[in-house]
Amino acid sequence: MALYSEKVMDHFLHPRNVGVIEDADGVGEVGNAKCGDIMKMYLKIDNDIITDVKFETFGCGSAIASSSMATELIKGKPVAQARELTNKAVAEALDGLPDYKMHCSVLAEEAIHSALEDYESKKK
Amino acid sequence: MIYADNAATTKMSEAALRTMVTVMNENYGNPSSLYRFGQRAKEILEAARADVASVINAEPREITFTSGGSEADNQAILTAAELGRKKGRKHIISTAFEHHAVLHTLKKLEQNGFTVTLLDVHENGLIRPEEVEAAIQEDTCLVTVMYANNEIGTIQPITEIGAICRAHGVLFHTDAVQAIGHLPIDVKAQNIDMLSASAHKFHGPKGVGFLYVKKGIRISNLIEGGAQERGKRAGTENVAGIASCAAALKEAAAGMDETAANLKVKRDRLIAGLREIPHSALNGDETQRLPSNVNFCFEGIEGEALLLLLDQKGIMASSGSACTSGALDPSHVLLAIGRVHDVAHGSLRLSIGEDITDEEVEEIIGSVKEVVAYLRGFSPIWRDLTAGKKPFIL
Repeated sequence: MALYSEKVMDHFLHPRNVGVIEDADGVGEVGNAKCGDIMKMYLKIDNDIITDVKFETFGCGSAIASSSMATELIKGKPVAQARELTNKAVAEALDGLPDYKMHCSVLAEEAIHSALEDYESKKK
Repeated sequence: MIYADNAATTKMSEAALRTMVTVMNENYGNPSSLYRFGQRAKEILEAARADVASVINAEPREITFTSGGSEADNQAILTAAELGRKKGRKHIISTAFEHHAVLHTLKKLEQNGFTVTLLDVHENGLIRPEEVEAAIQEDTCLVTVMYANNEIGTIQPITEIGAICRAHGVLFHTDAVQAIGHLPIDVKAQNIDMLSASAHKFHGPKGVGFLYVKKGIRISNLIEGGAQERGKRAGTENVAGIASCAAALKEAAAGMDETAANLKVKRDRLIAGLREIPHSALNGDETQRLPSNVNFCFEGIEGEALLLLLDQKGIMASSGSACTSGALDPSHVLLAIGRVHDVAHGSLRLSIGEDITDEEVEEIIGSVKEVVAYLRGFSPIWRDLTAGKKPFIL
């Protein structure tokens, strides 16, 4: 059996929404270099709809794939829906992750939530 | 496809493969049986023992065949511990970057009343003999230092350490799994009391290894049962595997000088090529290293992603990243030589084989450069480093 599902490999080898949004409405960064994973999410939000999302990730294959999948799951969605994104949803959309890689999907969830918090705090 | 993970395992040589199949086919008898067919298997076993012994200048009776390097390491350490315990000597000296077969065995002994001193490894990946000497106490029963490190390939001053141990009357064991068949070893001249070896690291089969123990040292058993291996390792011998191990070692030893000279040229070209990558560093001493080993850290990227992308390009290598093992911390070897977590995650080990071509060496250099640049392109750490928000470590 391969280490990762075909979906994980697809998102790792062809990550969606890679990059930076210079005038982002919300930016979130989670993880640390010591543990070997850092994810940074950039959101562009218009009328409470996530119109664009980009990511940068330092990490393993499943961290990159989780970031990519998380961006796909929230792009074009209302903020309220994005707030409900769970790591489980990310992992399931990737057709599963090995047990010891589940923290990558947790990090993706946290990165999205952190960017949304940044957006909310700027709005106030 | 380029196989650059020979420190993990090697391809079996033609001679090793042929020997294995021939023995399995034609000499499947049990060496403990008294009829001629069984005794023929016994002859094959003893011929293999003599061949293996001669490569390291040992006596045949000083060789005990095992299931591999880990078993040999366990048995060597537990043998010394048992002898030490009888004399009230319960202190062991080792190093922070040993293989886990050694470190975990020592951990177990610590739980049973032994004290262990793990020597610091210097930045160049080398142990200093004078520090071994300084660590020896009245109750030291064993010094165990690996011959060459499995990750960074650094070759330790075994001859000097052996002389020190002999002078102090302390047993000296070396895990020579990465060295034997690749570097000349003489257990007598180097004052080695015990040595562990594994066949699949020198083009022999997996599941076979051996332990050399100098005559006069009473070996402790790990496996109780029949009288095989002079009663020191029970279980019907893996005759085909053992014969194959000996065939592989004989061949490796015969071509050692030429192979090493060829590999060093390729290794040094790889080192020079990978050094062109900015903010990278070679791990381990540049010259005191195995002719096959290249190990680098690249700042701003993570090793597992690097390996997966190299695999896509047909290059097989290894990394000390935590993510490759399921552990939280990166390689204990890289941490032992002072690499911080941030850069230890971004390591790459290439261990080349003698059949690698100059074109393949260039292909590896080109592919690593490409993949590192690609991963840095969307690494938030790399962005912060290049924007001057964080200082470069390498």
